[in-house]
Amino acid sequence: MNFKKILPQLLTLVVVILVFGFFSYNAQVNMENRGITFGYGFLSQESSFDVQFSLIEYDGSHSYFRAYLVGLLNTILVSVIGIIFATIIGVVVGIARLSKNYLIERTAAIYVEFFRNIPLLLQIFFWYFAALRALPLPEKAEPMFGVFFLTIKGFFIPAFIWNNLDIFIYSVIAAIIAIFFVRAYAKKKQENQGTQTPVLLISIGLLIILPLLSFLLGGVDASIEIPVIEQLSKTSFTYKGGLKLPPELISLALALSLYTATFIAECVRAGVQGVSKGQKEAAASIGLTPNQVLKLVVMPQALRIIIPPTTNQYLNLTKNSSLAAAIAYPDLVLVFAGTALMQTGRAIEIVSITMLTYLTLSITISIFMNWYNKKIAIKEK
Amino acid sequence: MFKLVKRLTSVVAMFAVLFTFTTETMAAKKSKTLKNTQKKGFVRCGVSQGLPGFSNADAAGNWTGVDVDVCRAVAAAVLGDSSKVKFTPLSAKERFTALTSNEIDILSRNTTWTLSRDADIGLTFVGVNFYDGQGFMVRKNSGISSVNDFKAGVSACTNLGTTTELNMRDFFNSKGIKYEPVTFEKADEVVAAYDAGRCDTYTTDKSGLAAQRIKLSNPDDHMVLPETISKEPLGPVVRQGDSVWEDIVRWSLNTMIEAEEYGVTSANADSMKTSDNPAVKRLVGAEGELGAALGLDNEWSLRIIKQVGNYGESYKRNIADTGILPDRGPNQLWTKGGILYVPPAR
Repeated sequence: MNFKKILPQLLTLVVVILVFGFFSYNAQVNMENRGITFGYGFLSQESSFDVQFSLIEYDGSHSYFRAYLVGLLNTILVSVIGIIFATIIGVVVGIARLSKNYLIERTAAIYVEFFRNIPLLLQIFFWYFAALRALPLPEKAEPMFGVFFLTIKGFFIPAFIWNNLDIFIYSVIAAIIAIFFVRAYAKKKQENQGTQTPVLLISIGLLIILPLLSFLLGGVDASIEIPVIEQLSKTSFTYKGGLKLPPELISLALALSLYTATFIAECVRAGVQGVSKGQKEAAASIGLTPNQVLKLVVMPQALRIIIPPTTNQYLNLTKNSSLAAAIAYPDLVLVFAGTALMQTGRAIEIVSITMLTYLTLSITISIFMNWYNKKIAIKEK
Repeated sequence: MFKLVKRLTSVVAMFAVLFTFTTETMAAKKSKTLKNTQKKGFVRCGVSQGLPGFSNADAAGNWTGVDVDVCRAVAAAVLGDSSKVKFTPLSAKERFTALTSNEIDILSRNTTWTLSRDADIGLTFVGVNFYDGQGFMVRKNSGISSVNDFKAGVSACTNLGTTTELNMRDFFNSKGIKYEPVTFEKADEVVAAYDAGRCDTYTTDKSGLAAQRIKLSNPDDHMVLPETISKEPLGPVVRQGDSVWEDIVRWSLNTMIEAEEYGVTSANADSMKTSDNPAVKRLVGAEGELGAALGLDNEWSLRIIKQVGNYGESYKRNIADTGILPDRGPNQLWTKGGILYVPPAR
């Protein structure tokens, strides 16, 4: 009786297994013929190549696995920076698109149409080589606020030198947890007694006081290291000390955020326009201020429309960051699927790991956004 | 009766074994790659994305260079026409996968012969067509005149996925210098970034530096430092597992070098058939059965010399006359002070 239901599924399963089996068998035979061995043992070998920019300590004496982590962290770094800026620009431009001011509305529209209709790779090249052409050499760089140096060799910024950084981080985490409790308490109080608590003020106070206490009592200590110019040869200079953000990171993050922001702007516009006019009028008629209308009535409904397509844009941005290889930003594709693949020759192993990694990254973002979407969805009681 | 049948079958079996044995050796001569190439009518050759002197396409899409000539030589030997080559431009990153996954049959793309590449990833290097070494290019006004002048913090532009990346690390580590490697997938981007001032030095094989220098906006403002920090024997590569094809490519290259050694050129090859020197006669197919040993006809080497020329002609046409490296250095015949030395074709 259920057989009719199961049969197509069974057939699909068999076909999938056969296709997969055929490809793996084929690969196996071809690799055997050419004397290629298969295995992931190379991951623990010494990589013997260096990477220009890394968030963790790394050089060629570390393993290929560590090189993989370096690439992965760089990919995550540029994606996070890109997502943050794309969201900010996207929201601003999206709201500007709805502005009654003709000039603002047109400017936003032109920006959206311009940036989303040019291939991303071209934009990355444009920003990178434009940056290289426009930025000054290190010795000619004008300091910003006396301590920031934007040069062709990178953006040199002051760095904090920490003592007992861990205690400081714990204090920040403690403050965040405390804020959650305060919020929960304030909500309950409002439900029970109808009085409002100044949550924002208390939160800011907690975020300042707890870390401050760690400085006074916890032995935390931070000093600032400012980049200093250093001569490499008669005509070439660089900066020492401080933090260095390579121009590749800056131009890639810029290109990714400007490109993705156009799509997010459209999502935001669609979301706000999707809330019916009657809602706003009704809210205004019961005496809510325009700010309250936006915060309590329009945005909660608009977000429901905005979040799902924006999730797609976050995923796209993360995947598009793999174009980094074109401009020498050491992301996962350049470091691992590029140099490491070339030096070991283990194409199938490395490509499979890289694919799985992107899959995991994308699914993680999806899960988080789905969770958020569910949280703000209409709760029918 | 039964006995007779038994005896008969054993005789038949014996013949069968003998027969299969002979067809086996015949089949071995006819390599799969050779058969496919003859069926397709062109040699599938992987080259660089544009390295003057080695493999570079002009505006009309005609490829020239010493690496290109190796593929042309194989086409002349196997198909009788050196123009029957399909070139596939490959980045350093793509090149080995393209070869092992059967996209191309010869990789002739300034590729360094190393143990791990030869033994570990299903490739076979067939010889060396250019002895090179890694060097550094710097701006003349930088005051750097030797690799000993580099200081910690130096940024070096280079290509991704090359032996260059590894040598660079070995070199700077031995000097105890912290450096910044900036690696690009395509050579054009390396040149552009170095030209813009992103890097203090551009490092790759010296022949590559000489060739890429022409592409800089002011070539005269740059110079290649005298030191060579590595051995880079560049040569054609084939897939592992087809030894006949491997032999054909190897001896096509060797023929070009040996032809120069014996003074056989594209102009005089035909007249050399009547030479007094048996080695020369073998080279132009007037004596011996060397072609058959490779599964080819006996004029294969004559066609290479006539259509492509000997190694010296190829070098002069592609590298010397274009002003890339007028001095042949180690790429001179062993009889003239270089290290070009190939086994005899006999």
